[in-house]
Amino acid sequence: MRKIEPILAVLLAAAMIAAAIAAPWLRFVLTIALAKGIAVLGIMLLLRAGQVSFGHALYVAFGAYVVAFLAPRLNDAVLLLAAAAVGAGLLGLLIGLFVARYRQIFFGMLNLAMCMVFYSLLEKLYHITRGSDGIRVEVMPVAGQALDRVAYEWAIFGIALALALGLGILLRLYLSSPMGEALAGIKTRETRLEFMGVPARGVLLSAYVISAVVGGIGGALIAMTSRHVTPLLSYWTASGELVFIAILGGAGGVLGPFLGAAAYELIRVYAAASFADAWQMILGAALLLVILFAPGGLWGMAGRLAGGRGR
Amino acid sequence: MSEVLLQAAGLRLAFGGVRAADGIDLAVMGGEFLAIIGPNGAGKTTFINMTTGYLRPQSGEITYEGRRITGMAPRAIVKLGIARSFQLPQLFLEHTVEQNLALAVASREGIWSPLAPLRRPRYREEAHDLLERFGLAAIAGTRADALNEGARKLADIAMAVALRPRLLLMDEPTSGVAASEKMAVVETLARVLREAKVTAVFVEHDMDVVERFADRVAVWSQGRIAALGPPQEVLADPAVQRDVIGIERHPATPEAPHA
Ligand SMILES: Nc1ncnc2c1ncn2[C@@H]1O[C@H](COP(=O)(O)OP(=O)(O)OP(=O)(O)O)[C@@H](O)[C@H]1O
Ligand SMILES: [Mg+2]
Repeated sequence: MRKIEPILAVLLAAAMIAAAIAAPWLRFVLTIALAKGIAVLGIMLLLRAGQVSFGHALYVAFGAYVVAFLAPRLNDAVLLLAAAAVGAGLLGLLIGLFVARYRQIFFGMLNLAMCMVFYSLLEKLYHITRGSDGIRVEVMPVAGQALDRVAYEWAIFGIALALALGLGILLRLYLSSPMGEALAGIKTRETRLEFMGVPARGVLLSAYVISAVVGGIGGALIAMTSRHVTPLLSYWTASGELVFIAILGGAGGVLGPFLGAAAYELIRVYAAASFADAWQMILGAALLLVILFAPGGLWGMAGRLAGGRGR
Repeated sequence: MSEVLLQAAGLRLAFGGVRAADGIDLAVMGGEFLAIIGPNGAGKTTFINMTTGYLRPQSGEITYEGRRITGMAPRAIVKLGIARSFQLPQLFLEHTVEQNLALAVASREGIWSPLAPLRRPRYREEAHDLLERFGLAAIAGTRADALNEGARKLADIAMAVALRPRLLLMDEPTSGVAASEKMAVVETLARVLREAKVTAVFVEHDMDVVERFADRVAVWSQGRIAALGPPQEVLADPAVQRDVIGIERHPATPEAPHA
């Protein structure tokens, strides 16, 4: 299963590139899918520890607004991505110091609460955030190169794909390291960790900060792609969407979030085009089928097709 | 068996009206195997919980190698060289036995080190080594939640040994081990601990095991130490025979706290 992961990743990347070349509107959809997949990597990390965050749209929205706010001053996609990652990481550290003390439903709900606070700040502080109107993001230079709109969109797609691969590899290493194994240990026997000299809270906190960083990166990419940020990015449904994608894709491996995000965005676009108001129902049915018949998510399903064991 | 390794003085801890520790004074000597016996609810596990930092005594002092450890956190106490195993085994259930052991080895060396990922093969090797010594090599790849009680118990102890403690506290190491295998298991365990020069304190309900492996035995009764000395003497004491050994064959109460 782990062996087919790199092959599958390359195939998936190739399919995405082919689709993006074939249809420009798919390029947009897939860039968003990659961005969300990156953010969902963070959800998957916390799921390893048995924790579900219902508030990670906070970091996505934060990353997106970092881009919107700083773009006039720091006008380069690469610099803005770095700023969003660092900013979200610091915010994650601050909030993580508090929420990493809690587990299960308390952990989930505290994250949700933080996210809702951020949402209402974005809504209420109109003179800074322009409230629900949101802020437009202009096409910006990438790594010092001024680009036209199409080249810019390609560049962001490429960056998103490269980041997805890079972060996927890094997190895969992290998960198989002793730190990653200790993280999974939190799920089943947290006290044992303490009796082995490992501070469980510290292990969870570090995973939380990483989840915030990838959330911020995902949000920055979303802002650069949709080129318009609104408080809805931080609405609770956006947090739910991240968890939805994580379950749909499966938490067993780093490809899960991307399989989940691609499936989610494609179903959404196709279903919305074909059945107008019924797309949420179709997504819900898809999730239901996955939970009932493929608890390991799409990734678990892919593994079974490949003849390996899920995970 | 020369100097005092661990010293408990006047430990008291009550849960509501229950006096789980009611003035415990005990010196554990370096190198010895000290058995703790006593009826259910006598406070044996509570003593281990206090010594390893899981519970804080309401009064009294614990010193280890001359250093006061009362009230220190479990993970700080582990770093000083005190490890424990559990009455109810505490394994990472979704990990294999080998991964459990390797994680224990990694924790000893520090999982925060940026080099830790590179050292994984060595951790695994050491885990395998330990599993062989414990006779568990055959189940290295089995997930912890699929083990039988006896294997779970041994793996739990092996994890504590992987931390290379100087002092190992074991809470009923042989409960759950099939009667026919018990002596062989304890034999193995004793050999591993002697080789590693580990001082051991173990709670035990089987008097044959106590007699054969303990250098000294402490009898717990209602939060106090009722008797202490070599097994031949203590186990021959009529009061001990009546109060402890007579009612000794109960299974352990599962509702007692086990960290
Ligand atoms: N955390 C706790 N909260 C409340 N009561 C406790 C707690 N820990 C222990 N006790 C009580 O203290 C007493 C001693 O418990 P302890 O588990 O130390 O006994 P034990 O000698 O280990 O018994 P057993 O042989 O059944 O394992 C019992 O009455 C138990 O119910
Ligand atoms: Mg007990």
